[in-house]
Amino acid sequence: MNILESIKFALRGLTINKLRTSLTTLGIMIGVMSVIILIAVGNGSSKAVQQSLDRLGTNSLQIRSGARGFGGGGFAGARSRGGASSAMPLTIADAQALVAPINAPDVKQVSPIMNANVTCSNGTSTSTPSTFSGVWPTYFEAANAQLATGNYFSNDDVTQGRHVAIIGNTTATELFGTDNPIGQSVRCGGIPFTIIGTTTIKGSSGFSDGDSLFLAPITAIQSSISGYTGLSSIIVEAKTATGTNDAQSEITTILNTRHKIKGSKAADYQIFNQASLLSTSASSSKTFTVLLGAVAGISLLVGGIGITNIMLVTVIERTREIGIRKAIGAPKRVILSQFLIEATILSLVGGLMGVLGGFIGSHFTIAGTKPIIVPSSVFLAFGVSILIGVFFGGYPASRAASLRPIEALRHE
Amino acid sequence: MKTVIDVQNAVKRYGTGDSSIFALDGVSLKIEAGEYVAIMGPSGSGKSTLMNIMGALDILTSGKYFLDGIEISSMDENALAVVRGRKIGFIFQSFNLIPRTTALANVELPMAYQGIKGAERRMRAEAALAVVGLTERMSHEPTELSGGQQQRVAVARALVTRPALLLADEPTGALDSKSTHDLLDLFDQINAAGRTVVVITHEQDVGERAKRIIRMRDGKIISDESNARRAS
Ligand SMILES: Nc1ncnc2c1ncn2[C@@H]1O[C@H](COP(=O)(O)OP(=O)(O)OP(=O)(O)O)[C@@H](O)[C@H]1O
Ligand SMILES: [Mg+2]
Repeated sequence: MNILESIKFALRGLTINKLRTSLTTLGIMIGVMSVIILIAVGNGSSKAVQQSLDRLGTNSLQIRSGARGFGGGGFAGARSRGGASSAMPLTIADAQALVAPINAPDVKQVSPIMNANVTCSNGTSTSTPSTFSGVWPTYFEAANAQLATGNYFSNDDVTQGRHVAIIGNTTATELFGTDNPIGQSVRCGGIPFTIIGTTTIKGSSGFSDGDSLFLAPITAIQSSISGYTGLSSIIVEAKTATGTNDAQSEITTILNTRHKIKGSKAADYQIFNQASLLSTSASSSKTFTVLLGAVAGISLLVGGIGITNIMLVTVIERTREIGIRKAIGAPKRVILSQFLIEATILSLVGGLMGVLGGFIGSHFTIAGTKPIIVPSSVFLAFGVSILIGVFFGGYPASRAASLRPIEALRHE
Repeated sequence: MKTVIDVQNAVKRYGTGDSSIFALDGVSLKIEAGEYVAIMGPSGSGKSTLMNIMGALDILTSGKYFLDGIEISSMDENALAVVRGRKIGFIFQSFNLIPRTTALANVELPMAYQGIKGAERRMRAEAALAVVGLTERMSHEPTELSGGQQQRVAVARALVTRPALLLADEPTGALDSKSTHDLLDLFDQINAAGRTVVVITHEQDVGERAKRIIRMRDGKIISDESNARRAS
């Protein structure tokens, strides 16, 4: 009997119990699909974290005043245990001191940041940007913020304290709808600002909306909104990604001198290193992917047990039939190949449908994450489903085919 | 004459200890090529057990069985498949058709396992079904056929490979007298063509058509004589 005939026999065998055939196929399909999608979700979320950190710029360092360490751990900061009694705030002069080609050769540029929490309005439209900051023009490159339309403000704008601003897409939409915001005027905390540019869409990083943004010359913010208190932070861009650690120690030396930190005295500022933040987040999202993968693996296993069960029942039910076939001259190998082909067709069709379903399902945003398929997970899920189908379909069939015809025939 | 079947001191025992049953209790029997033998006896006397041994479907607890001079227990799986498929045509007491498969496909099946091509297979299966008068019911599945019709499908399936040895376990059990008559005529023709026929039956008139009648009781042969009216 040739292979074509065997396939025809197997197909006939499968159509005999259509409900069971489709349920088995469905079981395999769901197992394969869930593995692909869950791993894709884990992968997608870790990619998203990485991207949002990439957007911040991996060569940038952030200096914040205060000596408290963050509870979360993993941040590479200069921490201290002391109280804040003699703490000095970060100042513009601190920022200026960091622009020092000799003492800080690894620092490319520096911008002070003055945050405020104000509501802006344009007529009846209002918006409270999640980032409302006064900065220097160097901020844009250090923070990796590019313009979509309009112009950056200049050093001259900073010196003159001009009330100009660059806004993000969310803020622009909230204030101006679909109108072009360039040249328009808004009032923030009652102070008028003229919009001169908009930033490119950054998207949400999962933690905050990167497009809810309002940036103005720091002098304008200090003179009219925040006052001349200590800076919120200073952003520093290192010349290279590999130079961030050197830049960090240069900054530490300069600031320790300026803030008179000596000996056992605790620093009154912290330096956040984006590069180490990145690796922390990357590893935590990897854990997440592994966890999802494990859940998916369990679902594949459960699906596999289902397939095994159905295959066993199928073979046991058909033991009598195997006996008849042997009695009229079917060689063991032909019977076995029929069942193996049946099992292969089932798991192949179910597996392919699962892969298809996985690809389709991965097009949707799941739990706020855009899934990204991991090719190896597709091969793994598909391969495992075929193996399970063939092994657990083949093993009981081989046992039944080894029975003497009369033994098989007596089987009820 | 060539010996086709040679059973030597055959014992088939079911179960162990006190509750064990000897379905065959020391049976010795030789059947030559071209014989027409009827095996008769009361229910439970071991007729089907002996037939299953002769058809290479079961093995003995002790004793020997030679088919065409080769001991069955010495054959491997593949050789047994060839013997069952080509040498022997087996008609079961309980029909044993493949469920949810048409009469035609059932009759084609043994030829499929012998590697006979589709077109020839179909032609021969149709011819065999015509012989047993089932041309009209070819595309019906076993559950859609009466007991007598199922039995005739089983007959067609056993004859379609033109086996040298036909083993029939109560082939007329489900047939009316007309069909019985037709089937016995068919057996006569087959035997006249030189093929060996062994039939198990309860019915005296069916047994009378054979040339040799073996009677069994409690797993033993109690008489073995040629049929005076038929033996040539
Ligand atoms: N699988 C089995 N396990 C236990 N006992 C069995 C088994 N098969 C048959 N027997 C016993 O062996 C004896 C012979 O059975 P067998 O089927 O050969 O009888 P038979 O002569 O064909 O009867 P019938 O005319 O009713 O078909 C019976 O007593 C039966 O109960
Ligand atoms: Mg019987």
